Amino acid sequence: MNINHASKPVLNSAAAKKYQSKDKYQLFLMALPFLVLAFLFSYLPLYGWIYAFYDYRPGIPLSASEFMGLDWFTSMVSNEIQREEVLRVLRNTFAISSLHIATSVLPVIFAVFLVEIRSNRFKKIVQTLTTLPNFISWVLVYSFAFMLFSVDNGFLNNFLLDMGWISRPLNILASDDHTWMAMTLWSVWKGLGWGAIMYIAAITGIDQEIYEAARVDGAGRFRLMWHVTVPGIMPTFFVLLLLSIGNFINNGMEQFYVFQNAMNTNHIEVLDLYVYNIGMTNSNFGFATAVSMLKSLVSLFLLFIANSMSKVIRGESIF
Amino acid sequence: MPAKEKFTLFHLINYTVFALITIICIFPFYYLFINTISNNDLSSRGLVMFYPKDLHFTNYLDVFRIPGLGHAALMSLSRTVLGTLLTVAASAFLGYLFTKPMWGRKFWYRFLVITMYFNAGLIPWYLTMLHLGLTNNFLAYILPFIVQPFFIILVKTFVESTPVALQESAQIDGAGYFKIFTSIILPLITPILATIAIFSSVTQWNSFTDTLFLITDQKLFTLQFILYRYMNEATSIAQLMKQSSGAMDMDLANMATPTSIRTTVSMVVVLPILLVYPFFQRFFVKGIMIGAVKG
Repeated sequence: MNINHASKPVLNSAAAKKYQSKDKYQLFLMALPFLVLAFLFSYLPLYGWIYAFYDYRPGIPLSASEFMGLDWFTSMVSNEIQREEVLRVLRNTFAISSLHIATSVLPVIFAVFLVEIRSNRFKKIVQTLTTLPNFISWVLVYSFAFMLFSVDNGFLNNFLLDMGWISRPLNILASDDHTWMAMTLWSVWKGLGWGAIMYIAAITGIDQEIYEAARVDGAGRFRLMWHVTVPGIMPTFFVLLLLSIGNFINNGMEQFYVFQNAMNTNHIEVLDLYVYNIGMTNSNFGFATAVSMLKSLVSLFLLFIANSMSKVIRGESIF
Repeated sequence: MPAKEKFTLFHLINYTVFALITIICIFPFYYLFINTISNNDLSSRGLVMFYPKDLHFTNYLDVFRIPGLGHAALMSLSRTVLGTLLTVAASAFLGYLFTKPMWGRKFWYRFLVITMYFNAGLIPWYLTMLHLGLTNNFLAYILPFIVQPFFIILVKTFVESTPVALQESAQIDGAGYFKIFTSIILPLITPILATIAIFSSVTQWNSFTDTLFLITDQKLFTLQFILYRYMNEATSIAQLMKQSSGAMDMDLANMATPTSIRTTVSMVVVLPILLVYPFFQRFFVKGIMIGAVKG
């Protein structure tokens, strides 16, 4: 990109240098408005961590708020009720994240078997239709869930009652029995086809000669899959796996917010949702900030771990 | 894979499993649709299961009589269009600038990319938005989305892969950086811009939590947010519509019910995605391949 590169004598080097030094500020000024935006929305909020040290109530300026020191942090451990709450929320967060990581092999399996489909048209239809759920909002997913699983007029209950397989409707949405699993299944439903795209791309990139060679050596279909296709997409899988480890504590809140109800809150409340519930709903800003601050630090720490793991395993960092 | 091969038991199972997965993915969309065009009474009792019964389309006319819904559609549409345009323009321009000898280029690039990996958390973010005056403000839907590091990385990588000679010759002809950007770079990078436009517009259209956090003014409610509220309040809205239309001139079977309102509003929300999806589908496969693995 450098215009006065030695091999490209476009301008003589002295003139070019002068030209550039004037330009580099001009270029910076062009970028400045965008850098300001990034500062406002990504860096300025960090100042808000100060609220974790105050007993802040909306409407009262910070200067008039009581300084709490580390009280919000210590109460997470010393106050029995808060400790139990935090532990419960952490348990949910870890359970759902673990299930999420466990299901991250599903798109791999999906991709490996999809390339075995011979009809290109069928392959294309499967890919198109299974990717579609990725593009709808969680609110809409909840709307689907409501129509399919509600007690009095949901599809599933009517179907099962018609078949005579159950005698009383199941209340799946307002049940706390399998919340973690249900949430995982919804994520899989939404993300499976989309997650597979990258692996399909990776498989397409595998050298066909390797398949030929293995076939000549007498490898059958499953041997080809296991010894050629799977190793071919492992690098992609590992990068994504490490990224999801870095994101272990960030489940996001949208999915859990829409599916949350009085019955399942005990198992659905993950960290992000908990921060919302205590901060925005109960206006306990100080404690909520303290929790989300710890959360940010933990996730940064996890990211560094994931990154150094990547360096050790693959000799390459992910960021 | 070999072109000529016998259709074995393996293939039979493979085709069947993929057919099943596909049906599971698509059935909710279909089920939603047949319920919006069926007899509302049957639909609200859950009796429309596999095919529509008593076809009618009055639900789609009714749903726009719901106060505020048309306005919410307009909000969703304008934030999607405006947000996408600005995001695409900013990503393109900034991605291009980062390939030029800008002052402190490395530093500022890192400054942006780092923001992908941390955030201050919900409450500090909310308080910042509050102090910036972005609560109950349409700009809250646009400004935070403009600068997105991931998109900037995509553009930068893409610009770097285009031939340098093109830019150099334009420079010799006396074109400035902005001129080079508009007349040379932009036409070259349209594939990646299309991808960014797709991702960005889907995000904008689907966004719902920003309304939840920042907006209390009904004039700024978006379709997704309205849908969420209807999920919880559809009964009272159906009641309201029954009263306002006098119930006498209405065909009983097709009177608005909580179910008909929920399903129809859901359909209105998903329809734009269903309509544009077939067109943009070929783009994102390419897009995700360019930018996916390494940032």
